Amino acid sequence: MNTAPDRPLTRNIHRGAPHFDIAAYERADGYRAVRDTLGKTDPAAIVHMVTESGLTGCGGGGFPTGLKWQLMPSAAQRPGPRYFVVNADEMEPGTFKDRLLLEGDPHQMIEGIILSAYAVEANMSYIFIRGEYVTAIERLSTAIAEATAAGLLGENILGSGYNLSIQVHAGAGRYICGEETALLNSLEGHRAIPRAKPPFPQISGLWGCPTIVNNVETICNIPHIVRYGAAWYRSLGINGGVGTKIYGVSGRVNHPGAFELPMGTTLHDMIEHHAGGMKTGYELRAVLPGGASTAFLPGDQLDVSMTAQAMAAHGTRLGTGTAIVLDDHTCPVGFIANLQQFFARESCGWCAPCRDGLPWVERILKSIEAGTGMIDDLDTLAEMTGNLGPGRTFCALAPGAMASLQSGLRYFSAEFTRHIETRACAWT
Amino acid sequence: MSIVEAQPALDPTERAEIRNLIGHYPTARAAAIDALKLVQQRRRYIGDNLLAEIAHLLGLPAAELDGLATFYNLIYRKPVGQTVILLCDSITCWITGRDHLAQHIERRIGIKPGETSADGRFTLLPIVCLGHCDHAPAMMANDVLHGNVDPATLDAMFDATPLP
Ligand SMILES: NC(=O)C1=CN([C@@H]2O[C@H](COP(=O)(O)OP(=O)(O)OC[C@H]3O[C@@H](n4cnc5c(N)ncnc54)[C@H](O)[C@@H]3O)[C@@H](O)[C@H]2O)C=CC1
Ligand SMILES: Cc1cc2nc3c(=O)[nH]c(=O)nc-3n(C[C@H](O)[C@H](O)[C@H](O)COP(=O)(O)O)c2cc1C
Ligand code: SF4
Ligand code: FES
Repeated sequence: MNTAPDRPLTRNIHRGAPHFDIAAYERADGYRAVRDTLGKTDPAAIVHMVTESGLTGCGGGGFPTGLKWQLMPSAAQRPGPRYFVVNADEMEPGTFKDRLLLEGDPHQMIEGIILSAYAVEANMSYIFIRGEYVTAIERLSTAIAEATAAGLLGENILGSGYNLSIQVHAGAGRYICGEETALLNSLEGHRAIPRAKPPFPQISGLWGCPTIVNNVETICNIPHIVRYGAAWYRSLGINGGVGTKIYGVSGRVNHPGAFELPMGTTLHDMIEHHAGGMKTGYELRAVLPGGASTAFLPGDQLDVSMTAQAMAAHGTRLGTGTAIVLDDHTCPVGFIANLQQFFARESCGWCAPCRDGLPWVERILKSIEAGTGMIDDLDTLAEMTGNLGPGRTFCALAPGAMASLQSGLRYFSAEFTRHIETRACAWT
Repeated sequence: MSIVEAQPALDPTERAEIRNLIGHYPTARAAAIDALKLVQQRRRYIGDNLLAEIAHLLGLPAAELDGLATFYNLIYRKPVGQTVILLCDSITCWITGRDHLAQHIERRIGIKPGETSADGRFTLLPIVCLGHCDHAPAMMANDVLHGNVDPATLDAMFDATPLP
């Protein structure tokens, strides 16, 4: 079992087979990286290795993980509690990659946390997981109990002198809790509204202490980088990407699902070869490449490789890497109205432009969809995409909402106008 | 003024469990969500008197705990039915026909989103993407996830759930 896997994140996940308990996980070389590292490798060396690997955050922001860890003051510089927090809030519409990792291989998650927390010298870790993920919550709790019984968690782990506790904290359902600073407020028992950044959580996070917040998928990469090295990790990517990525696609394709592929795989390749192409009778019109907060990519531009850089060059973002397909039997106006309904409902209400603007956008779109819109409404919508754009609101929720609207107004302008002129939706 | 009757007070076990949850965190208020969920698990919803009791244990003003409770989608401050149906209304489920499922529910048991059936068996609530988009349309019914939901799935559930 010592050959480096080319699909490290999902190597233990087999459809239809039960997930690994600790014995099976260890038989498959699991916790090897922990056993080889704790008390033997300097935490700073792991941070260095992660930096060299080129791993970037998989929660949607794409910030370099090693750099984020480096920006945390060391335990010597800032004595006192330090926290490592797992962002398992996954509520972005169209996103289902973290669930796969949490349910499919819970011990990989735990091993990733142990190595990451060790690297940033934290002795306490919270897994902030959305309350609806009941199966994942159960499996993680069992995995933590198994790892504790095996001496892999708790005091003086494997005689290394290092202590770590992990606590699963199930949320109560609110999209904004996925924003890292709102998450920290929620965890502290405050209303989940974002905090001003800077200071970033690395400097002042949970209860004012240095804190790292990372996405589930980001952390699941760590054991493999530690075990097989930065150069190996980089070599997994193609077309300028590094490592692998859990991509996914939903909508009217033959095999919707999540797929671990080389980072840099093209959208076309994923949809045609891994998701089996469009269902008979349906054509692909456009794609939201990385969840509800990303801009449309028109159907004739699918040859783009799914890296942050290539997506940005095409006017959109990689986001969470899980794509949603808009097909030719689905009304684009209704599609965008559904997205805006989500964002309007989930706005935390902290800043006025988002709190008041999103419901307004939703009402206008619903009226256009219902055939009661006016031509001036299109100008209002365009104006709103500016007013709620990047830098105009307290957090990235509202700009994320505007991404699909702004690109949709451009790509589907004929559809918008037709709804208004004919006073009807041709799809219903 | 509340038209809802008070629920029985917290029993000693519940109080002990809440104190135990408080012990998991550096501050008592951090246990607020855990405590609300613990009580809701047994009582189905958090009425005013329970809210006040939990707030007292956490050392918070009741109004502040209410501010938290009402912020979250999964804390119910009003009575709900025996089975809470959370029907995803996010994008992929919308594409794949969740509106038709909502209509089917209304035809079969006469409730719209936010309503509870007259016999108290079902409450229908919309929910954000359940992370099950590859099996859209999706729903949860009392913590059990269902994918590729069709009218037959719903009918089977309606027929299988006994009257309270
Ligand atoms: N996974 C999901 O379910 C969802 C993901 N998202 C994604 O979240 C992204 C926005 O998240 P944000 O945290 O607001 O993005 P961001 O780009 O501000 O931050 C990303 C990460 O890098 C860190 N960071 C950024 N600049 C830094 C600096 N100068 N110094 C130190 N650390 C720094 C932040 O602390 C954070 O952890 C969007 O791109 C969106 O795609 C949005 C909604 C849901
Ligand atoms: C409204 C909003 C919701 C978010 N939801 C999530 C989420 O559910 N999961 C996640 O990992 N990141 C989410 N993020 C991004 C986090 O703020 C943060 O960037 C991320 O957890 C950092 O981890 P990473 O560097 O490993 O990607 C969200 C951001 C915003 C603005
Ligand atoms: S942009 Fe929206 S979600 Fe973000 S802080 Fe403002 S009101 Fe809250
Ligand atoms: S959109 Fe319904 S489960 Fe994701």
